[in-house]
Amino acid sequence: MSAKIRTQEEIAARVKALESMLIEQGIMTTQAIDRMVEIYEHEVGPQLGAKVVAKAWSDPQFKARLVEDASEACKELGISGLQGEDMVVVENTDTVHNIIVCTLCSCYPWPVLGLPPNWYKDPQYRAAITREPRKVLGDSFDFTVPEDVEVRVWDSSSEMRYWVLPQRPAGTQGWSEEQLADLVTRDSMIGVGPVAAAAS
Amino acid sequence: MNGVFDLAGTDGVGPVIVPEEEPVFRAEWEKAVFPMFAMCFRAGFFGVDQFRHGIELIDPAVYLKSPYYEHWVHTVEHFGEKLGKLDMAELDRRTEHYLANPDAPLPEHADDPELLAFVEAVVPSGAPARRPSDKVARFKVGDIVRVDRSAPRGHTRRARYVRGAIGEVVLHHGPMIYPDTAGNGLGENPEHVYTLRFTNEELWGAEHAEPNGSVYVDVWDPYIELVTPVSANAEGAVA
Repeated sequence: MSAKIRTQEEIAARVKALESMLIEQGIMTTQAIDRMVEIYEHEVGPQLGAKVVAKAWSDPQFKARLVEDASEACKELGISGLQGEDMVVVENTDTVHNIIVCTLCSCYPWPVLGLPPNWYKDPQYRAAITREPRKVLGDSFDFTVPEDVEVRVWDSSSEMRYWVLPQRPAGTQGWSEEQLADLVTRDSMIGVGPVAAAAS
Repeated sequence: MNGVFDLAGTDGVGPVIVPEEEPVFRAEWEKAVFPMFAMCFRAGFFGVDQFRHGIELIDPAVYLKSPYYEHWVHTVEHFGEKLGKLDMAELDRRTEHYLANPDAPLPEHADDPELLAFVEAVVPSGAPARRPSDKVARFKVGDIVRVDRSAPRGHTRRARYVRGAIGEVVLHHGPMIYPDTAGNGLGENPEHVYTLRFTNEELWGAEHAEPNGSVYVDVWDPYIELVTPVSANAEGAVA
């Protein structure tokens, strides 16, 4: 344990050096780098998962297919890909609340949620969420799950990618899928926060 | 291997800090590192399990203190050096150059339409870990099983907090690449994957467990041994 912690400037220099060598070997190009970054900054993100959730709330047959095989159901909406080849949706109910984590690294369902937030990948969340999920939700997310609701934490240790189907909020009868999708937060699909309340 | 990356149940690392807003990439260098996984995978540096193992080999103090994407730099370097694709002395020399001249340009290079096409294709298609296998699943949904206690030295996905613990098989996913061989450069050797359910009490002890909760963890067939078959459970329920 002799290695030193690098500064941002030192990391940036190291990365540029590495990038320069990979570019010279034809392994990377700045054009391909920029495109991949653009995809995950602007195209693949939690708005896609929100669309799936809104459809599941609106269409019971789609919801049944989603719970049966999430990857296949998402393909119906053109949603698929890296780090979501085999997805499982876990459904919140009046008696069950689900939360996802990857305690060993950073596994996360990219096609529906995009790239994970840093707190999801940092040691603190990975250390505590299986041991004291209610405390983590309360302390860091200001979110309380009632005592009579079972908390299920899904640790993504294989290539299966879990994510949460939150409950449809009250007061949204007759809403369009687009309106419903606006209520679905990233955190509600991780299980660390609520969906937005319907504005009255 | 037993390492600090295996974090579940670690106490004393502090609260989860959640910023109000955060960009997808917090620094320009993160944007250059993120595509290295897919592009170095394409170039034959590693599979995803090896990639993870390269991260597990990071100095533990650095692992806990460094920004996430720096972990990826370490594993790319690890395999680049191992495969003879990166001259580490040259990498150090260039690092000094860019440290002294942060705005110095990257090497001139042409676009590569095939690489761009790879990016466009792999993002929506992914790289599935499912594999065909003749192996018969040794366990059924409903079986009560125990996770093997042994502590292998190479890559494994058998987290310490479930080793020796007893849980119920709740999902059977079929055969997928086995990380304990693939992650150690020993081939894919697909094995059946299951999800186990553990009660909080089983994992942490009744005195320390949060009430009314459970943890679901995926395991490969060789990780587990039978305690009580589902058939016996069903009979027990009838009795």
